[in-house]
Amino acid sequence: MEIPAIVGAGLVVIGVGMGIGRIGGSAMEAIARQPEAYGKIQTAMLIAAALIEGIGFAALFAV
Amino acid sequence: MEKLLEEFSLGLFVWQSLAFVILLFLLKKFAWKPILDAVDEREQGIKSALESAEKAKLEMENLQADNEKLLKEARLERDAMLKEARDMKNKMIEEAKDEARVEATKLMQQAQQAIITEKQSAIAELKSQVALLSIDIAEKVLKSELADEQKQEALVESLLKDAKIN
Amino acid sequence: MYRASKYNLFLSIFLGFSSILTASTEPSGIDKKTEIKAYINHHLKDSYDFSITSYTDELGQHHYIGFPLPIILWDNGLKVFSSSKFHHGETVAEVEGSFYAIEHNKIYKTDETGTINYDDHHHPLNIKPLDFSITKSVVMILITGLLMFFLFRNLARSYASNGSIAKGAGRFFEPIVLYIRDDIAIPNIGEKHYKRYMSYLLTIFFFIWLLNIFGLTPLGVNVTGNIAITFSLALLTFLITNFTGNKNYWKHIFWMPGVPVPMKIILAPIELLGVFIKPFSLLIRLYANMQAGHIVLMSLIGLMFIFKSWLGSTLSFGLAFAISLIEVLVALLQAYIFTMLSALYFGFAVEEHHDEAH
Repeated sequence: MEIPAIVGAGLVVIGVGMGIGRIGGSAMEAIARQPEAYGKIQTAMLIAAALIEGIGFAALFAV
Repeated sequence: MEKLLEEFSLGLFVWQSLAFVILLFLLKKFAWKPILDAVDEREQGIKSALESAEKAKLEMENLQADNEKLLKEARLERDAMLKEARDMKNKMIEEAKDEARVEATKLMQQAQQAIITEKQSAIAELKSQVALLSIDIAEKVLKSELADEQKQEALVESLLKDAKIN
Repeated sequence: MYRASKYNLFLSIFLGFSSILTASTEPSGIDKKTEIKAYINHHLKDSYDFSITSYTDELGQHHYIGFPLPIILWDNGLKVFSSSKFHHGETVAEVEGSFYAIEHNKIYKTDETGTINYDDHHHPLNIKPLDFSITKSVVMILITGLLMFFLFRNLARSYASNGSIAKGAGRFFEPIVLYIRDDIAIPNIGEKHYKRYMSYLLTIFFFIWLLNIFGLTPLGVNVTGNIAITFSLALLTFLITNFTGNKNYWKHIFWMPGVPVPMKIILAPIELLGVFIKPFSLLIRLYANMQAGHIVLMSLIGLMFIFKSWLGSTLSFGLAFAISLIEVLVALLQAYIFTMLSALYFGFAVEEHHDEAH
């Protein structure tokens, strides 16, 4: 039985979701620990999330 | 991916790019530049106003310090002047006293001198008077004593006797 | 039929679905799920006429509220005509001896009867003339542009007339302008170079934000959820990044400093790929977010009509309401992220050379 591509895309989306969730969570913790570094943490978080998100899009649109 | 490409509309892309670039330049010229300049200017204005306020405060403090200094100096000067005046007064009094004392001493001395001189002349006169008186008395006594013959003889005798012994 | 059209009317007014021509052409007793699906699909796409809403009367006549827009085609010469000739996609338009028909929201050249031939994959084989029509999205772009122009020119003028203090609506927009300058441009690009990019960042932020918000109004035009629009925006960021990139930027791409030579050779193609992936993710992110937001929102509203029960419809209404609020946030967030990431890329492009320990 062949597994449809959309299942793979779904798996990728799960992974991406977990990844971005972790980034967000860690960023929250980091901000809680060092509120003065808010700006820098936010920037780093957005870059990392954007990179992972790109993979998610790639998977979704490859289907 | 294929679906995305299918959805892509060249016309819309061209319109969007054209409209956006025109909008960008129009806004840059008529909106963003004036807005950012005005905001910058305002911020500079606030900054300089704060700075000048700070400067004014500092100047005020300086002025106050200067005033205080001046006041202090004036007070010191006044004190010094007062002291000088007092000193001068004391000195003058002292000097006057000294002078008076010297003058008084001098007068006293002169008076004493005069008293002594007067006294001496008085004594000399008194002496001569006493001598005259004494001679007078002695004459009278002699006269009375030598009125009687006998007594004249006794006296000659005694005088002779004394002269013999010598 | 009447009931269905009533739903459609409500649907249209509620979310501003453009028109229901796809749905309303189907016979009576239609499957509501298919109808809603078609409706959503139609809404997500661009349209050749600016219809506010439409309904079907008891006699089965379609009535459209809205106005036609000009169609501009390049097909052996410029052809300009009103989209009313298509009668909302229902008829073939004849212009100077050529016939055109709308199929899947695209204009094809056809014969008199509007025949469209398909290949094996159901792709039309007909000739597609170059299409520069003023579509609904183009109209929205122009409206947004004009709005922005007058809004911000007035703000700029109010500074001159009011002693450097914003007036009216500018009071609301000025802090946002300052936020973009102080919290997006300066930290990411740096004090030295940020001024060059301010105009672009401000324009792109307000442009995306306003279009996102317009997408949520009853006008309901999914402009930022269109791949051509986001592609154009991302292309501009890409061009600006690479045309203003300094020596240090290109050195980091082709000959990464501070790593051994074999690594440099491996890193170069990856970095070069990154140059294209960055704007690509930018365009896909905005497109996917807006598209997904609209699909979710409209599906939830569509659920109200599918459930047809007091509890289910109320629940989906509540959910749709909550999602609408989230979408308002997403509209702002996506504009912010696009601007933020653009600023970040510009920052990479103009970053000064610093110590080798990198």
